[in-house]
Amino acid sequence: MDNVIAALLTAAIVAGTPILFAALGELLTEKSGILNLGVEGMMLVGAVVGFIFTIQTGNHWYGFSAAMISGGLTALIHAFISVTLKGNQVVCGLALTIFGTGTSGFLGKAYQGLPTADPVSKIAIPYLNDIPVIGKIFFNHDPLVYIAFILAIIFWLILYRTKWGLSIRAVGENPAAADAVGISVSRVRYFCTIVGGMMAGLGGAYLSLVYAPSWQENMTAGRGWIAVALVIFALWNPIWAIAGSYLFGAVEAMTFGLQIAGIKVSAFFLQMLPYLFTVIVLVVVTIKMRQDAGAPNALGTAYDREER
Amino acid sequence: MIKAKMIKRQHESLLVDIGVPIFSILLAFIVSGLFLYFSGYDPGETFSRMLKGAFGSSYAVSETIVKAIPLMLAGLAVSLAFRMKLWNIGAEGQLYMGAFAASWVALSFGDLSSWVLLPLMFLAGFIGGAVWGFIPGALRGYWQVNETITTLMLNYIAISWVSYLVFGPWKDPASKGFPLTPRFTLSGYLPSFGDSRVHMGLLVAVVIAVLFYLVLRYSRWGYEIKVIGESQNAARYAGMNVARNMVLVMLISGGIAGITGMIEVSGITHRLQQDISPGYGFTAVIVAWLARLHPFSIIVVAFLFGALLVGGFGIQTFGIPYSIVLMLEGSILFFLLAGEFLRRYKIILVRKEEQ
Repeated sequence: MDNVIAALLTAAIVAGTPILFAALGELLTEKSGILNLGVEGMMLVGAVVGFIFTIQTGNHWYGFSAAMISGGLTALIHAFISVTLKGNQVVCGLALTIFGTGTSGFLGKAYQGLPTADPVSKIAIPYLNDIPVIGKIFFNHDPLVYIAFILAIIFWLILYRTKWGLSIRAVGENPAAADAVGISVSRVRYFCTIVGGMMAGLGGAYLSLVYAPSWQENMTAGRGWIAVALVIFALWNPIWAIAGSYLFGAVEAMTFGLQIAGIKVSAFFLQMLPYLFTVIVLVVVTIKMRQDAGAPNALGTAYDREER
Repeated sequence: MIKAKMIKRQHESLLVDIGVPIFSILLAFIVSGLFLYFSGYDPGETFSRMLKGAFGSSYAVSETIVKAIPLMLAGLAVSLAFRMKLWNIGAEGQLYMGAFAASWVALSFGDLSSWVLLPLMFLAGFIGGAVWGFIPGALRGYWQVNETITTLMLNYIAISWVSYLVFGPWKDPASKGFPLTPRFTLSGYLPSFGDSRVHMGLLVAVVIAVLFYLVLRYSRWGYEIKVIGESQNAARYAGMNVARNMVLVMLISGGIAGITGMIEVSGITHRLQQDISPGYGFTAVIVAWLARLHPFSIIVVAFLFGALLVGGFGIQTFGIPYSIVLMLEGSILFFLLAGEFLRRYKIILVRKEEQ
């Protein structure tokens, strides 16, 4: 039994990692006041570009880098429309998702079902890995699991402990005030949106290069949207995003585990679990925390200097 | 030195209103054409094949209309919610729930006459979709739960539910293992025009568009929707019940998406099956936006997008991925959003004094 639980938790962390990357990116974007609902599309673009580059070069790290660049470029469209042109951010995010789904499907057509190069190898962390039970669950993973975890902490430090983070938060809370003290609202928002896209791209590449590892059309299956929901559960705090992502990973791992265990429930009901869980948690968190607790004040609204 | 400067428009410009959507579509085709070109396809040939696939024969035109009908209905459905700035992107799931409920009626009461069965299926379709719209509507109206995410998550749940039914308890034993329910009895078939596949759903869509137009333009409720969409605080100040209106709008929006599902199973597939919609609920978002949420424009724009879908299916046989249609749809929306800027701002060139 212990072994089963340990295996489940290990799988939870792996399943939660792509969501964590994407959620951290979206969190940063939202902190600057930009709502990017295109996470799903950016993840798909990252997944396919990462996969193609890995196959072509035989090196995962080129794949991950290319995925980040492609995610960032996709996000640049969103930044241009929502920051420079002050367009509707909700609709633009949807457009990004549709565009990303199409582009990834188009680019990936020839790569459907191909195997990747060698899997990304696991790195056991010396000593920590030897701790009974916990060592196996937390300290014997591929490097990206650690990178996601560390990035969450770095994001928190940057946002809450540096002047830079203060500027980002100021732009998200009160762009007019930030503008008045000489912070360039557009520059901060462009930066955060693009970094957000890079993170989503990395999350997507984790799916196609480590988790699956293969390319399937629409393989994100709503994870991008779950990442958007996760930012709300995490109350816009990167540390909570870690816990939230692993929790989601656990639901996903459980779904998979139950299927393997031959449980007498239709696979279709098990498939619903992560989505149902997202709705329930979103409802509970929203009601418990009062509306929009922790949401940046200016989230989703364009900044126009003349309209102060 | 000459410098571009943006100034706010004082008046709406008809030229920009009409020009922006047309240019958006043109530019999207240019961008996708470049993409095709660099991927080694011939864009001219691809687009002419799409055009031929959508309009080249009377059958092609009828298929375009067949695909336009659900887009009209789903476009109308989401446009109502969008008017209140409720981002219902759950039309796809609402469509599936409507199809499920209507199919239940058709399969359970198949021996009723058409005159009774079809209205019952309509009602069931509406209720199925309405429940799926009501849940996120009530959560949003009374507890401020983000409706974008809930509507989207409910899509996945609805689609899994229908898959469960057609693979499991509702599967036709005679279907040789295919995930299909038995065919409806003939009284569950929505009548078609002549011997074409174009069915009465077209009339339903037009009637709903007219109703929308009248209600939004002339009724008190239509006025409330407009005010709430512009400013919730102003609406509250004027004594309008914002929460109740949100629930109602989501319920009706979901219901009409549900009718879309009913129309598809009753008019086209004549049974419940997995892929009753190739993403109509999502394309509907673009249709509604391109039509600037205007009911009659939605009918026209849906027709164009029906053509895009049919043309897209057509090019698959020539080895060009269908995904190009999604790329086109996404790019049209990007250009449209960018064009919105021109509706609000004028760009003028000014001579800047050298210092």
